[in-house]
Amino acid sequence: MLGRLTWAAIPINEPLPIISGAAVGLFVLAVLITITVKGWWPYLWREWLTSVDHKRIGIMYIVLGLVMLLRGFSDAIMMRTQQAIAVGTAQGYLPPEHYDQVFSAHGTIMIFFVAMPLVIGLMNFAVPLQLGVRDVAFPVLNSISLWLTATGALLINASLVIGNFARTGWMAYPPLSELAFSPDVGVDYYLWSLQISGVGSLLTGINFVTTILKLRAPGMTYFRMPVFCWTALASSLLIVAAFPILTATFIMLLLDRHLGMHFFTNDAGGNQMMYVNLFWAWGHPEVYILILPAFGIYSEVVATFSGKALFSYRSMVWATLGICILSFMVWLHHFFTMGAGADVNAFFGIMSSVIAVPTGVKVFNWLFTMFRGRIVFKTPMLFAVGFIVTFAIGGLTGVLLAVPPVDFVLHNSTFLVAHFHNVIIGGVLFGVLAGINYWFPKAFGFTLDERLGRASFWCWLIGFYLAFMPLYALGLMGMTRRLEHIPDPSWQPLLLVAEAGAIVILCAILCQIAQLYVSIRTREQRRDLTGDPWNGRTLEWSTSSPPPDYNFAVLPRVDSIDAFWHLKLAGRPPAAPAYEAIEMPRNSPAGFVTAFFAVVMGFSLIWQIWWLAILGFAAAATVVLIAGWSIEREHEISAAELARMERVR
Amino acid sequence: MTLAEIDRAPNEVSSERARGRGGGGPAPKRIVVAYGFWIFILSDMVMFSALFAAYAVMLGNTAGGPTGAELFNIRSAFIETMCLLLSSYTCGLGALSAERRDPARFLIFAACTFALGAAFLFIEVTEFAGMVEKGAGPSRSGYLSAFFTLVGTHGIHVASGLIALVYLVAQVIAKGLQAAVLRRLLCWSLFWHALDIVWIGVFTLVYLWAT
Repeated sequence: MLGRLTWAAIPINEPLPIISGAAVGLFVLAVLITITVKGWWPYLWREWLTSVDHKRIGIMYIVLGLVMLLRGFSDAIMMRTQQAIAVGTAQGYLPPEHYDQVFSAHGTIMIFFVAMPLVIGLMNFAVPLQLGVRDVAFPVLNSISLWLTATGALLINASLVIGNFARTGWMAYPPLSELAFSPDVGVDYYLWSLQISGVGSLLTGINFVTTILKLRAPGMTYFRMPVFCWTALASSLLIVAAFPILTATFIMLLLDRHLGMHFFTNDAGGNQMMYVNLFWAWGHPEVYILILPAFGIYSEVVATFSGKALFSYRSMVWATLGICILSFMVWLHHFFTMGAGADVNAFFGIMSSVIAVPTGVKVFNWLFTMFRGRIVFKTPMLFAVGFIVTFAIGGLTGVLLAVPPVDFVLHNSTFLVAHFHNVIIGGVLFGVLAGINYWFPKAFGFTLDERLGRASFWCWLIGFYLAFMPLYALGLMGMTRRLEHIPDPSWQPLLLVAEAGAIVILCAILCQIAQLYVSIRTREQRRDLTGDPWNGRTLEWSTSSPPPDYNFAVLPRVDSIDAFWHLKLAGRPPAAPAYEAIEMPRNSPAGFVTAFFAVVMGFSLIWQIWWLAILGFAAAATVVLIAGWSIEREHEISAAELARMERVR
Repeated sequence: MTLAEIDRAPNEVSSERARGRGGGGPAPKRIVVAYGFWIFILSDMVMFSALFAAYAVMLGNTAGGPTGAELFNIRSAFIETMCLLLSSYTCGLGALSAERRDPARFLIFAACTFALGAAFLFIEVTEFAGMVEKGAGPSRSGYLSAFFTLVGTHGIHVASGLIALVYLVAQVIAKGLQAAVLRRLLCWSLFWHALDIVWIGVFTLVYLWAT
């Protein structure tokens, strides 16, 4: 009746997951009770859960990403602490099978449920505003994407207290992830939560390619689009081209596990290296899916806070597209040690180094944009400058790792761990934090506290260097990744430094929470009434903060790059614009309800409760069919009504 | 000309004001929907290409089990191919009737498309059942896992296409051939033709290659 699910699935005898699970459960319960007591449910349902507004969806993505960042970070600090104390005869406080789950969950969560939602959230919020339009191409689909991503996040968190998570690392390489060696539900949690959220990511990619290529304000030709839109386009194209590979790969592993097939097994003609190849054929483009939008954010931030147009806009665009294409030609550098032969390794080594060229172009463009600019060091700009320095180091160690003989030495060492954290924290995360500080006033109508923002930046920067520079050294000293116990006591001093770094990063996160709290409390003093707090250049700053549902009462006419900047130089447009009736999408519960049934389906598939899985799938499909039946998905706002709403604002 | 007017009569706009090219603002809904669906089909093609690649890798990994040449019946695969190609033809005729707002003819062609698609599926399922009976099921070898997954994924696409067809025919009957329904039919025929293209790949690389 309940498949593999029994009371034994709840790890009563393991205090750590039970205590943290209970704490999270109590917190969620408290939130739910507060909402119920205050009677906020109707508001929440009407304005948020069923909203198809790209700005609201973007904000919800970012909230999801930040909440999951706390989860991913607590995994990180647990690992750092274990490695700092489990040296020599000491065994630390985490047993191996628990430690293995922690590092697997950390990687999976940070990539799929922190970096992806944060990047996609900022794309959702900013891209339609920058393009000067009212929403994305498919607003209901957008809501479905959000809630399917949330489904994946929920399932992965459920593994904390019901059953366990994968002990395979975040790549889940077979044969370890096959049924023979991972017979419990851990790998199934991994596979199904990523399959479901992967559908959400794919739909987002489709939505944004269509939006950017087909919905732009009148006059906005390709080479007048803001750079963030270009990078969002490149990232979305990569999602469309790469995520189906991951879906296919996970289908194969699931078929191996559930139906006894032999794609990646040790016997009957399975081929494990096929998994590794397919995984990285998705995995390498994935890192550019994350970093390209971050590059876009830096481009916006650097131009705005230098008070200058971006240096060499066109080379920035071509560099973005170059990286987009090259990203599919380097996947083998993740496993030079496979033994593909010198010629194959040489090709992929050279291609990997070649990616440094367009990236270098970008770095010089940012530097030349700042050169002789009137630089204002607000928090987003601090993150941008911190990024340029940090990312250059990460890029250089990447070029080093792209040399196959060096990679043979450093493969799977903490040098590699340091490298990819260097580019992901110093690149993606700094970019996202810059973007949040930059667009927050647009989203909520008041600025974030500068002092705490600065404090958080410095903690992030110093914490990052303290936590990861020792890992470079340890990697060169021969320390491999994922060690639950440290055999060599001479590594301990550096591991203690890394632990200190993790604590400084904790301070950075606390500063951010404080920043949010203080800013909300003092919001009346920090109102942004102009809609343009940074003296911005692109169209999102031309509307009010926060923008109305419809973004622009009249779609802006664009005749240059940095359209809003030129509008400001030319003086304000005429006071009485000619309003026309507009169509806005209606709210839809389809996304939320589909995701509810997707949770039921995913959970049942993991625990092999087949009847409930079929029921869940049928219900989710029915919701989609019901949503697809309606014709009237828009409501019209008449010109008179629009004029009235504009007067009130 | 206001944006709303352009939406109502997209063909009357001169090319430099064409919507969606940057000059004239957002593209009309029909273009946006069809374009988005094309992108979806491209993503589906990427998924199939991963499955094709897996099949190519697994070609020799029969683990002592039967090879494709010993298992495939090229006659029935050819009949399957003909069914699917003909169904694409009737699908095209149905799309033309829908464009001409001729629901009766559309329904006839939709019925033909459904029958041919169902015939294709029936032959495929029979073939699969026969293979499993001979002990050549998907868990026999890596090669057969790849075969069943590639061809089966295509089959699942055809089956969901048939369900979607029934659903859209119900919409045509309930709502008539109005603009929103026509947009959905357009997407459906794109999907159906794309499955044909995938099948041509399957027929060539799986069946013809093996025999």
